[in-house]
Amino acid sequence: MAAAAAGPGPGSGPGDSPEGPEAEAPERRRKAHGMLKLYYGLSEGETAGRPPGSDPLDPTDLNGAHFDPEVYLDKLRRECPLAQLMDSETDMVRQIRALDSDMQTLVYENYNKFISATDTIRKMKNDFRKMEDEMDRLATNMAVITDFSARISATLQDRHERITKLAGVHALLRKLQFLFELPSRLTKCVELGAYGQAVRYQGRARAVLQQYQHLPSFRAIQDDCQVITARLVQQLRQRFREGGSGAPEQAECVELLLALGEPAEELCDEFLAHARGRLEAELRSLEAELGPSPPAPDVLEFTDHGGSGFVGGLCQVASSYQELFAAQGPAGAEKLAAFARELGGRYFALVERRLAQEQGSGDNSLLVRALDRFHRRLRAPGALLAAAGLAEAATEIVERVARERLGHHLQGLRAAFLGCLTDVRQALAAPRLAGKEGPGLAELLANVASSILSHIKASLAAVHLFTAKEVSFSNKPYFRGEFCSQGVREGLIVGFIRSMCQTAQSFCDSPGEKGGATPPALLLLLSRLCLDYETATVSYVLTLTDEQFLVQDQSPVTPVSTLCAEARETARRLLTHYVKVQGLVISQMLRKSVETRDWLSTLEPRNVRAVMKRVVEDTTAIDVQVGLLYEEGVRKAQSSDSSKRTFSVYSSSRQQGRYAPSYTPSAPMDTNLLSNIQKLFSERIDVFSPVEFNKVSVLTGIIKISLKTLLECVRLRTFGRFGLQQVQVDCHFLQLYLWRFVADEELVHLLLDEVVASAALRCPDPVPMEPSVVEVICERG
Amino acid sequence: MEDDAPVIYGLEFQARALTPQTAETDAIRFLVGTQSLKYDNQIHIIDFDDENNMINKNVLLHQVGEIWHISTSPADGGVLATCYNKPSDSKVLTCATVWRMPKELEPGSHESPDDSSSTAHTLELLCHLDNTAHGSMACVTWEPTGDGKKVISLADNHILLWDLQESSSQAVLASSASLEGKGQLKFTSGRWSPHHTGTQVATANDTTIRGWDTRSMSQIYCIENAHGQLVRDLDFNPNRQYYLASCGDDCKVKFWDTRNVTEPVKTLEEHSHWVWNVRYNHSHDQLVLTGSSDSRVILSNMVSISSEPFGHLVDDDDLSDQEERRPEEKSQEPPQDSVIATYEEHEDSVYAVDWSSADPWLFASLSYDGRLVINRVPRALKYHILL
Repeated sequence: MAAAAAGPGPGSGPGDSPEGPEAEAPERRRKAHGMLKLYYGLSEGETAGRPPGSDPLDPTDLNGAHFDPEVYLDKLRRECPLAQLMDSETDMVRQIRALDSDMQTLVYENYNKFISATDTIRKMKNDFRKMEDEMDRLATNMAVITDFSARISATLQDRHERITKLAGVHALLRKLQFLFELPSRLTKCVELGAYGQAVRYQGRARAVLQQYQHLPSFRAIQDDCQVITARLVQQLRQRFREGGSGAPEQAECVELLLALGEPAEELCDEFLAHARGRLEAELRSLEAELGPSPPAPDVLEFTDHGGSGFVGGLCQVASSYQELFAAQGPAGAEKLAAFARELGGRYFALVERRLAQEQGSGDNSLLVRALDRFHRRLRAPGALLAAAGLAEAATEIVERVARERLGHHLQGLRAAFLGCLTDVRQALAAPRLAGKEGPGLAELLANVASSILSHIKASLAAVHLFTAKEVSFSNKPYFRGEFCSQGVREGLIVGFIRSMCQTAQSFCDSPGEKGGATPPALLLLLSRLCLDYETATVSYVLTLTDEQFLVQDQSPVTPVSTLCAEARETARRLLTHYVKVQGLVISQMLRKSVETRDWLSTLEPRNVRAVMKRVVEDTTAIDVQVGLLYEEGVRKAQSSDSSKRTFSVYSSSRQQGRYAPSYTPSAPMDTNLLSNIQKLFSERIDVFSPVEFNKVSVLTGIIKISLKTLLECVRLRTFGRFGLQQVQVDCHFLQLYLWRFVADEELVHLLLDEVVASAALRCPDPVPMEPSVVEVICERG
Repeated sequence: MEDDAPVIYGLEFQARALTPQTAETDAIRFLVGTQSLKYDNQIHIIDFDDENNMINKNVLLHQVGEIWHISTSPADGGVLATCYNKPSDSKVLTCATVWRMPKELEPGSHESPDDSSSTAHTLELLCHLDNTAHGSMACVTWEPTGDGKKVISLADNHILLWDLQESSSQAVLASSASLEGKGQLKFTSGRWSPHHTGTQVATANDTTIRGWDTRSMSQIYCIENAHGQLVRDLDFNPNRQYYLASCGDDCKVKFWDTRNVTEPVKTLEEHSHWVWNVRYNHSHDQLVLTGSSDSRVILSNMVSISSEPFGHLVDDDDLSDQEERRPEEKSQEPPQDSVIATYEEHEDSVYAVDWSSADPWLFASLSYDGRLVINRVPRALKYHILL
């Protein structure tokens, strides 16, 4: 210690030099500085008045290692004046003195320390000697103890063994006691209802009893136990069967019974039978909700009840079953699956019945929500009971409902279309009754088109709910693929457009060919509607559908062009039928007028017959009607504005050319010959030829039909002279007014020529009227 | 071969009445009656020489009036009946008369002189079917299988059954029935069914087709609104006793099963104007001929409702013989109903078509301008049906 304390003493000695530590840093810097200067060959004397301590080799450095007092003194003496020498001397003396005193104190201090260290060492030497003695003694004592201990162990060995044996006997006795007490304990437990405890006891004892049953006493205990256990089992079973206890308690019972070694299979059955009872009760309550008398809750509520009651119960049963009877292996799982399948099937049947009631209603969102709940609810047990296929079945139901829904919407659309038609019929019938102008055809058409389109859109929106993202079944493959493409696009939209076309076409095929069933204006309107569908609406609706239901399915769909073609065909047929119906109306007028008249004894014509005026009036009315919906169309450009000129050609020169020979009895052949030659140069007239979608074509068709009828009717009659003249007048009148409606006025000329020629042939005494007279009569009428 | 080319014969007058000579089964012979108000009417007897593709005509004068309908006795080749307009001052009345043609013109007599075409023969009047009480005669139809003694005539709204006695020189009205109803009911056409031992007759008036039992003269069936407009003609399927074809102003040809008259069995809509005539082929009832005022004659193959719906069963031996000749035939499906041909030789309305009674592959059509066209069933089809 003393040495350690003395350590810092000499270390601090040189630090006490007058230079001080604070002077050391600049000193070192100066040293480095000096070395640099040395390098550059500069003398240091001029820079500082301080003694040149920078050079370590400088013999004049007082503190340097190579200090040479002679050189230093020489230098001082040579360089310094006296006063400075004097100062140096005193300074040096003072320094020496200080160094001396320092040295003295150091010596003193270190000496004291040395002395105290010596003392300490001496004391230590004494102490160690004492300790050595004590250690010796300890060693001998330990040896003695070891000896003793060995001896004690030897003596105790015997007794220890006996104690161990006794302890074993004690445990055995306790077990025996437990066994002997077991019957009473079990009884007590059973009485107290602590079945779990009883089963535990029983379980503990069973193996032992089994093993020692050859001993009469044990046999007795075992018998007792068995009796009690039997009672226990009975009670447990009773409890199990009692409906009152909830499913968890039941599960406990089953667990205990299983622990008692009851046959698991039987328990399975019983467990399931019991569960069935409860679930059937749920089903019954569901069925009661279906019943006709109470106001059925809405479908959402119903599926909620079903979901929480039945499906929840089923889940619980399934999970506890799986827990309890996991050891049963695939046979047990199969049993559960069958159970779930059967009850699930009944549940589905109920749900389907309920959903069927929903078919009629229009609210899709509620239905979709209900289906969503139903489906979502069944996904849990679906995972639990994959084998039962409940989830698939549920998906199937949802799909079926979705399909039915589509069917329902299609039905709705059709009904809407038929409703529109009825409205149109009423609107068409109404103005006649009111005697004033009703809504125009164009307006009606726009109404029908917009109302159908809005119905289609509404249906699409309603059906779209089925594919909404948040609905649990919307990601099923059916709803992503088939539902969109086959169901919505093909089934609903294409189906509707087709059925619309069919409905429209059925007007053409209806037995009401006499024109009574369908108002011609309706035919015209439908035809225009179908044409509009062909040009725009079909592609619009299909695009809309494709956009709303991103069709991913690759199955072939009806292309737009096919539908357009169908619509166009329908439009064409309707228009053709319109032409036929209108042509028939006019034909009938003409026919009646020809057939009912006595042409032989008729008087000289003074007037155009009223029927002809009526024909022209009706044709004008039809022209107006068609003009409302269809464009004008193209006429043949020839002489369209010169009715007078064509008339004169018709009535004078041509007539002369054709009839003159037939009046001369000498040439009976000429009539035929001339008319045949005439025909060679005129094209064959197709009477009921296809119609184009324009007004002129429609009117041409109607007029062709009418005039051909007139021709055929005239050929069946026999005319007197005045009868022929009357026909002449009538035809001229028609010629005057009908040319403007048709595409090719030559056609009207030809047909009317033919009529007059036929009438002349059917006249035994053909004397035609003077063309000028004919003209006068017609202009007057 | 130009055999398939049509043979055309022109008459000087308008004509509507055409009939094959029903009793004749060897020679191809048609009778055509003309319609002229100014000149003496004629009945042209057209004999067609199949081998030389030639027409031989004889003209009979029919001076009593213009002929609207003509029919021949199925038993006696020389007997025929016409419905004709009697010219009168103020009224038109159609009468019916049974005639006998001169001996030398009867079929089978080869003594007809060469110049027969130039000289006009006259008909021998057998008897009038007295219609003074019943109105205008629309048509006369003979009992098809009988001895030519029974005739039905349709007069306005009466159906009259006549018994021709004493070699047809006297006509006795055996029984009659009449249509009652509002409006002017008028029969337009009638046919005597070849089935049911000749006890059934079908008539058409307006849009309705009626069946009659000739024994009781009572109505058996009635097809209301058989056509949308007037029914122009009917014909019975010669092999299927309940099948009936009809045509009318709605441009349609309809086929009926008279046991179920609510719906037609089949409807054809090939013509573009009124269909005036429909005729089943006598031997092959899938061949149906129609004539229309759109100047066309259409031959249709109605296999599906014929008595041989799948054609003849061909023996395997035959097939193996012909295999190299007609390989395509084996793959043929049961033939579909189709239009076989459309004949456009006429330039005016065709008012009458009929099959030859002698050659089942040959038919004639007559248009108003007096043009008679004789055509054959296309050869390929003929072989197809036969083989």
